[in-house]
Amino acid sequence: MRFLARGGRSSKDRTSLRRHRAARPVLLLLSLFLVGATYAAVSPATESVADGAADAQLIAQGKALFSQNCASCHGLGGEGLAQQGAPALTNVGAAAVDFQVSTGRMPMANPLVQAPAKENTFTEDEIAALAAYVASLGQGPAIPTEDQYNPAGMSPEDVSRGGELFRTNCSACHNFKGAGGALPNGAVAPSLQNATPKQILEALRTGPGQMPIFAEGALPDENAKQVIAYIEQVNAVPAAGLSLGGLGPVAEGFWAWVAGIGSLVLFAVWIASRGARA
Amino acid sequence: MAKPAELNPDSPALEVKTPPTSRETSKLAGPVTWVDDRIGLAKLAGNIRKVFPDHWSFLLGEIALYSFIILLLTGVFLTIWFKPSMAEIEYAGSYALLRDVRMSEAFASTLNISFDIRGGLLVRQIHHWAAMLFVAAMTAHMLRVFFTGAFRKPRELNWIIGVGLFSMGLVEGFAGYSLPDDLLSGTGLRFVDGLIRSIPLIGTWAEFFVFGGEFPGTLIIPRLYMVHILLIPGLLLGLISAHMALLVYHKHTHWPGPGRTNRNIQGYPFFPIYVAKAGGFFFIVFGVTVLMGAVFQINPVWLYGPYNPSQVTAGSQPDWYMGFVEGAIRIMPNWEWHLGHTTWSWNVFLPGVGLMGLLFTGLALYPFIEAWITGDTSEHHLLDRPRNAPVRTGIGVAGMACYAMFWLAGGNDILATQFHVSLNAVTYFMRVAVFVVPVLAFIVTKRICLSLQRADKERVLHGSESNIIVRNPEGGFSEAHVPLSQEEAYTLTRHPQPKALVPNGVKVGRVRQTLSRWYADGQVPKPTAAEVAEAEHHGAIEGGEGDERVLEGSDSGDAH
Amino acid sequence: MSDKELDLPVPDPGLEEHPPRFTDVDPAAADRSYRQIVAMLAAVPVLVIAFLVVYFAVPRDAELILFGSTFKMQTTLLGLTAGFATLLIGIAAIAWARSLMSDEEIVGERHGAASPPEARERVLADLEIGIDASAIRRRKLLGTGMAGALGMMLLPAVVSLADLGPWPTAEERAKTIEKTIWAEGVRLVTDVTNVPLKATDLVVGQLVNAQPENLEHLEDSAEYQIAKAKASIIVVRMDPNSIKIPESRRDWQVDGILCYSKICTHVGCPISLWEQQTHHLLCPCHQSTFDLGNSGVVVFGPAARSLPQLPITTDAQGYLVARGDFTVPVGPSFFERDSLKDFQEGDR
Repeated sequence: MRFLARGGRSSKDRTSLRRHRAARPVLLLLSLFLVGATYAAVSPATESVADGAADAQLIAQGKALFSQNCASCHGLGGEGLAQQGAPALTNVGAAAVDFQVSTGRMPMANPLVQAPAKENTFTEDEIAALAAYVASLGQGPAIPTEDQYNPAGMSPEDVSRGGELFRTNCSACHNFKGAGGALPNGAVAPSLQNATPKQILEALRTGPGQMPIFAEGALPDENAKQVIAYIEQVNAVPAAGLSLGGLGPVAEGFWAWVAGIGSLVLFAVWIASRGARA
Repeated sequence: MAKPAELNPDSPALEVKTPPTSRETSKLAGPVTWVDDRIGLAKLAGNIRKVFPDHWSFLLGEIALYSFIILLLTGVFLTIWFKPSMAEIEYAGSYALLRDVRMSEAFASTLNISFDIRGGLLVRQIHHWAAMLFVAAMTAHMLRVFFTGAFRKPRELNWIIGVGLFSMGLVEGFAGYSLPDDLLSGTGLRFVDGLIRSIPLIGTWAEFFVFGGEFPGTLIIPRLYMVHILLIPGLLLGLISAHMALLVYHKHTHWPGPGRTNRNIQGYPFFPIYVAKAGGFFFIVFGVTVLMGAVFQINPVWLYGPYNPSQVTAGSQPDWYMGFVEGAIRIMPNWEWHLGHTTWSWNVFLPGVGLMGLLFTGLALYPFIEAWITGDTSEHHLLDRPRNAPVRTGIGVAGMACYAMFWLAGGNDILATQFHVSLNAVTYFMRVAVFVVPVLAFIVTKRICLSLQRADKERVLHGSESNIIVRNPEGGFSEAHVPLSQEEAYTLTRHPQPKALVPNGVKVGRVRQTLSRWYADGQVPKPTAAEVAEAEHHGAIEGGEGDERVLEGSDSGDAH
Repeated sequence: MSDKELDLPVPDPGLEEHPPRFTDVDPAAADRSYRQIVAMLAAVPVLVIAFLVVYFAVPRDAELILFGSTFKMQTTLLGLTAGFATLLIGIAAIAWARSLMSDEEIVGERHGAASPPEARERVLADLEIGIDASAIRRRKLLGTGMAGALGMMLLPAVVSLADLGPWPTAEERAKTIEKTIWAEGVRLVTDVTNVPLKATDLVVGQLVNAQPENLEHLEDSAEYQIAKAKASIIVVRMDPNSIKIPESRRDWQVDGILCYSKICTHVGCPISLWEQQTHHLLCPCHQSTFDLGNSGVVVFGPAARSLPQLPITTDAQGYLVARGDFTVPVGPSFFERDSLKDFQEGDR
């Protein structure tokens, strides 16, 4: 598996392999077999046989969905099309598919600087099938399970630690309470306030778009969960008045002039006016 | 012992040793006499029926004054709990999301005020909104004084005091913004550290002296606290007193109008009208500020977190009044000299220190420059309508446009995302715009002023439009005009017009001559007495022959 | 221009007549406005009592849910009651002045700002008398001596400020702003959690906000923030084939893992907006952009110098360690900084 992944990453090898007419189906079969074998090896023994068969079915379903919805840009085998700006999906893993499709970023209507989030039109099963198929193409992070991202039952100390991690790693782009921020060339770091815990963890692990990857080695699941808990809780803190978009001093200055000076000038006009005369 | 410097033989105080027993004894006579016997109250109080003119734009400075009083009151409340210390502690207060986080005592005490002192958060928010209003109102007041020419003789010194107040207001605001030691304010201090360092020759020394060594050290918050609550408020208080004393001495300017001259002042008495109006306005400003504190959240430091030199947040911006410096820093090309073993950081020094220096020097010198250009040495108590000083108005608008461009550049990232253009393109555009837009603004403003002058002249000579369309016997249509009242006609024609200096016995340098021609250029000549008489004859102005309000059908402007 | 020189095409009609208000001529209107003002003043005690009730009865953590947002009930209600009470006092005072106080305009005289010539002359004469009486004209050294003495007293006042901070002499600078706590063999650990980084843990496209392992020892000293403000770093991993590594920096990186100062060379903001596809690092404060795939050179913005790179390698256990301190001072420029050693495109 690892060997294959390395091979796939090197563009030279890949193109020469791909040129062979039989390469794609062979590779596919090989990877399907390998994925099946790996799953069988790592899954708990009791489920292995049934799951192996179910997975194969899921992957096949995913492949069909992929060729309908994704292949026009990413290629039938997920190899990507440089002129469309579509990256190869051979090593992005199931987590990336789940993130991109469940937030509606993929499929993209037309190529833009950045895939905007929109309404997701796929069912959970369809996403699972797509994810299983893309996962079968190479190596990449799997869809996280609930115990990896569900922040329920964290202690206050955990959450405030999450705040420290958030301000160190996330707020530079996503703002101090996850309201989002600007990046060069028209790109933006999106708001995190409507993101689900699962999506946040998937984004950390897969680095969608320009976002860097925050992998387990430096940010273990436990810490990621703390960050997720902080984002959830900081947005539930009661505000001391309208938060003016949570954007900081720019909005505050605007309101000082409009609401403050504006209303006081109206009062001043009233004070100095002569009013109705008999 | 010192003799009184001035012995005024007319002063009633010298003649009357004891208060006269008045015919109808006022109920207040008792207490007033008691105090007066001891401190000369009647002399001190002066004329409590002093006249103040009424106009909304004269109240902008009052907003600044009242915001300052609100800042003093709320500031005292905050100092009761605030600890200006950079010693690091682990937070143990009631805001759960920062539990056990290491922070300075300054930040922890700010959280304490916000979460554990009842009403503390409200007072913090009132204090911050009042600070924003203080600087905003000073800016608005300064623009009013500029565009109406109220800075002219004899008020130049008061204008300079005002510029001093404005510059100190910025420093005071920045110091206050820095005190809570939160992530935003720490980022601001980091920026100031870079700014101080960039000063050629002495930058590093200045940095070490200001911060007590390297950034951030442990001294900057206590030092800024002293600056914020003692040094600058003291200077502000002194300067505000001088500003007000000069206002009382000069008496307020007033707008031109019938019966108003440079020798009189028309309005309402200080007591009781202005005691009620000014006092009432203080409560209105206070009320609005408290309501803003109640309804709009400001500077939620608990969300920013404590300062940590390795953290930063998107949207790190200073309060609005420092935005123009921020913008200049952003669009400055990256010019830096590396000469020998030294570094000359023009990319930081010029837009930071240089631009602020230029702004305040330019503002302070303007009254003298204008007086030099126009050769005007007389006293002015009547205000100019901005259109009647087109070059000054143009300069003012150009200055505002330049400031606005720098200010917008401070949000170049936001502009780039909102208008879907490249950040680089916005930056390049702004580099040009800060020079070109002010020039365009000057040209456009001057033209608008001259058009308004023309419109005034038309109005005087043809009366105002009545919105009634009259059909004449030949079948043509024209709008009937209503004659102007003499009051309005006077108001529109009484202003002096800038004239170019002519060397009249006195030598006038060539530069000065050119500038004065430029200053006077293009004025629409006021109607002459003859033209006005002609207009009166046609009934465009009331008075003269026809006192009746007749509709004057004007078929074309040339007929008159 | 004085009034005399002014040409007035329309003669001054004099002050306008004072038109009376409704409240002057209609007693009912005056009574109505009287009642309104008293009603406003009467509402103030009600609001003040409400304020007191809120102060003592509403717990600190009570929440107020309005329009789908959650507010701190105490802050909002205290502010609304106090704010409206204050505003009503102001509005009542203004309404009183506008409708019930006599509003006859009055006219005051203005006098020029200057004193009358006699007064000016008298002051000048007094000054002359005083100066003569002081003997300063005959004994000239009195004046210069006093001025000089007073002037000299400025020196102690100014010099006493010389201890505001340490003096940044060459020696002091070498110990402070020109060095960080990075040293040979110091491990790279994650910021906040202090976990040492293994080269094999990092994947291509990964960003880690990190710091030196020895920073933790300083945690309780005043040096901590100072050290952190200089030693913070970002560690990124890029595909070695997609980046430019100059010959002189071949051994500064481990398989495409590169380490840079996190402190912007412009005015010192910590930078970590890294775009993993373009390898560009953007400062959120002033948008200086550095290319981490090309030794941190400036590609855009007001920063003038490339981002200092920290040479790293791995230790025996495979952990990432520094090979020494930064080769140039980190952070914003200062006058005495020798900037000729900084990396420039082309690697001189």
